[in-house]
Amino acid sequence: MSDNQASDTPEQAEFRARAREWLAANHPGRPPLRLPQGALEVSDPHALEWLRSWQKAAYDAGLVGCDYPTQVGGGGRTNCQTVANQEMFAAKTPYLVNVIGLGMGAPTVFFHAQEEMKQQWLPKLFSGEEIWCQGFSEPGAGSDLANQQTFAERDGDNWIINGHKVWTTLAHFASWMILLCRTSKDDKYNGLSYFVVPIKDAIGRGVTVRPLIKMTGETGFNEVLFDGLVIPDSYRLDEVGAGWKVAMTTLAHERNAGQMITPASGGMPLDEGSGVSTNDPASLARLARNQLRDGKRAADDEALRDEIVKMFIRSEAFRQNRRRTRVPELRDHAQRIPLQSKMIVTELQQDMAELALRIQGLGSTLSFTDDKAPDAGQWGLAYMNTFGITIAGGTNEIQRNILGERVLGLAKTK
Amino acid sequence: MEQPKNFGFGEDEAMLRDSARRFFSDNLPADRLHALVAAEFDPHRANQCKWDADLWKQVTELGWTAACVPEAEGGIGMPLVAAVALAEEAGRAGFPSPMLGTFNATFVLRGCDTDAARAALGAIAEGTSMTLAVTNSRGSLNAGDTDVQVDDSGRLTGSAHFVQDARKADRYLISARGANGVGLYIVERDADGLTVAPDVIVDVTRDQAILGFDNVSALEVAPPGAGQTALEAALPAMLCVLSADMVGAGEWLLQTTAEYARTRVQFDRPIGFFQAIKHPLVNLMVEIDNAKSLTYNAACAVDIGAEDQLTLARMAKAQASSMAVYSGSRAVQFHGGIGFTWECWVQMFFKRQLHSQVLLGDANHHRRQLADALIGPVAA
Ligand SMILES: Cc1cc2nc3c(=O)[nH]c(=O)nc-3n(C[C@H](O)[C@H](O)[C@H](O)COP(=O)(O)OP(=O)(O)OC[C@H]3O[C@@H](n4cnc5c(N)ncnc54)[C@H](O)[C@@H]3O)c2cc1C
Repeated sequence: MSDNQASDTPEQAEFRARAREWLAANHPGRPPLRLPQGALEVSDPHALEWLRSWQKAAYDAGLVGCDYPTQVGGGGRTNCQTVANQEMFAAKTPYLVNVIGLGMGAPTVFFHAQEEMKQQWLPKLFSGEEIWCQGFSEPGAGSDLANQQTFAERDGDNWIINGHKVWTTLAHFASWMILLCRTSKDDKYNGLSYFVVPIKDAIGRGVTVRPLIKMTGETGFNEVLFDGLVIPDSYRLDEVGAGWKVAMTTLAHERNAGQMITPASGGMPLDEGSGVSTNDPASLARLARNQLRDGKRAADDEALRDEIVKMFIRSEAFRQNRRRTRVPELRDHAQRIPLQSKMIVTELQQDMAELALRIQGLGSTLSFTDDKAPDAGQWGLAYMNTFGITIAGGTNEIQRNILGERVLGLAKTK
Repeated sequence: MEQPKNFGFGEDEAMLRDSARRFFSDNLPADRLHALVAAEFDPHRANQCKWDADLWKQVTELGWTAACVPEAEGGIGMPLVAAVALAEEAGRAGFPSPMLGTFNATFVLRGCDTDAARAALGAIAEGTSMTLAVTNSRGSLNAGDTDVQVDDSGRLTGSAHFVQDARKADRYLISARGANGVGLYIVERDADGLTVAPDVIVDVTRDQAILGFDNVSALEVAPPGAGQTALEAALPAMLCVLSADMVGAGEWLLQTTAEYARTRVQFDRPIGFFQAIKHPLVNLMVEIDNAKSLTYNAACAVDIGAEDQLTLARMAKAQASSMAVYSGSRAVQFHGGIGFTWECWVQMFFKRQLHSQVLLGDANHHRRQLADALIGPVAA
């Protein structure tokens, strides 16, 4: 974080000082219960309430949504969300629970919804009072996202929706969903439209939410069934038939390559005892120094040392790549590094966690629910959870297609 | 110590870099390079040193080699990131020249703090080229190891090995051991008692030689005992410019191969359609970007005198070295049969990358050193 401050604008500098001061006095402390590793796995309502009150406090302090205009509940600032994020991570805060809303719902609504709808939706999204989810994926529409079968049929000033969404993260708490669906069967892409639809208030009135269980045994995502849900036309974003264009706004932000910086906090070690952060190669080095294998420290094993160093190098490179994207003189193609970021960070986390399991040796067989597990079993859990992120948000294979096509100009995979 | 957000890479550096890029695209496109260095394919050819001395003269007149010479010595006094940008462009062009050697000598001389070293920097600013002769016959990476001895009257005897671009440089900067440790000395290429015995090397864009010293009179720029420190202090900067050369060459290989994948048609499609081609090219792009960002980061750390500059420079060289091999391997493979020929320009960059990856220590070497710094030493 040390290189962040050097060239703050006056506004950023003033904002940074205030953020730092507020965080020093208002860190929420440790949660009264064990939180899952990330917001995608929150399923206990008590965890939700605790995390929601943290998000509300951060929003009230001006740290969430600060670059959005004040009319829609934002802070009306310029380039300050980055500063807020840096300071929240530096203060090792809990994560923000309304991730889908902040990362995808807010920018999509902001760029494509009617003005009064923005004013209705965005403030409660920023504060976490209303949780949002994303209804893109279907049983037959995963990587091939445009293959949507969920259908919205016009009925006067209303739309009637029928269909089946899967892998819908946080739908079990959600008030609203951003929904991509079909309004015409004539054209694969131009037959798509984009809506915001109610979930919680419509349960039993055309909406059913059922949890799906992840490989870790946790939940967090769901299937959502629409059976004749009726919504007003004012919930539509952009034109009928412009759904694909709107979805691109969502996806660009989901992959950290959008116009708005997503509010994000985090860094609080989930397990107080070990203090392990599964995103930090220093945690791997520490683990290796403490772990005995065959009577010797793992840190003395030449092969493991080499692999750990590779993680340090990749992690530093990721940081420096982000820094370089903000220096126009040092990049040849504006999208080249931003489009890599989702793929790079998720694979780095996956590989670090996998390496940790080999450092732990037999200790890695223990579940995070076993008190004897080294580093509280966080690495094994993290390893499994990283497959969520190498798959979600457009799989990393799809990311490589996009990079090859948009940046290197290679022929399109259809 | 805070690094500037832009790596210290400002308008002046960007202008210099852009003019270098134009200079090479005007004067040394790959077909010209091939005609210049690869006219002869016989592996038993006499060892050769093919380069365009006139082009190098233009480079020195443009002031590139004066860039990192302090203003007090008649140079321009630019930060290391400027030299890194120039090295990146030179690597992208596969430029045969004593440029890296001259940069390296500049970094070492800046740490010598003697009048003779300052005068030598002045000569570099005026266009004199140099290269380092600091490696022994075993290729040791330890700055204290040398096969050259210096006697009490400052005369050199012995040999220096793996000297880069030895037949292009005007002068050599030599490490030699005396009674009180290692000192640094300058000898002209045509000095009495000096022999230059060329190696036959694979890289067609460089030359390399063994220097033999038989009682050669030399100019002392660092007295015995001070040489090792000066060499070690210059190591981070040397790693940066070499890594930058590899980044440039890697980018040439990536762009050239992407162009081929856009145009070569098999099974009725441009081959870049196939993910067995597309995805590794994307992976190569990532490796190059990592190497580039780490290199500018390390150079910036050197410029502000950061304590961790050696660690960051080793990260850059480790990453650049492994990327360098990958860039060459994928470029040849994805060109198919033509990629395996002498005629294809890819071979020149493939070989330059293989050569660069081992100079100043390969990826394994630097990762081993990094392990000590980042994890701690191996328990006894
Ligand atoms: C933890 C988690 C949370 C999620 N949350 C949400 C959510 O909130 N909302 C939502 O809408 N969706 C969500 N998803 C769904 C996610 O977006 C999809 O899983 C993803 O887009 C992949 O689709 P799929 O599962 O149908 O796999 P498929 O598309 O069937 O892919 C299977 C395999 O084939 C590969 N593949 C497919 N096409 C190609 C191609 N053209 N080239 C190369 N390889 C290809 C894929 O990379 C993958 O390896 C979530 C997923 C996970 C794992």
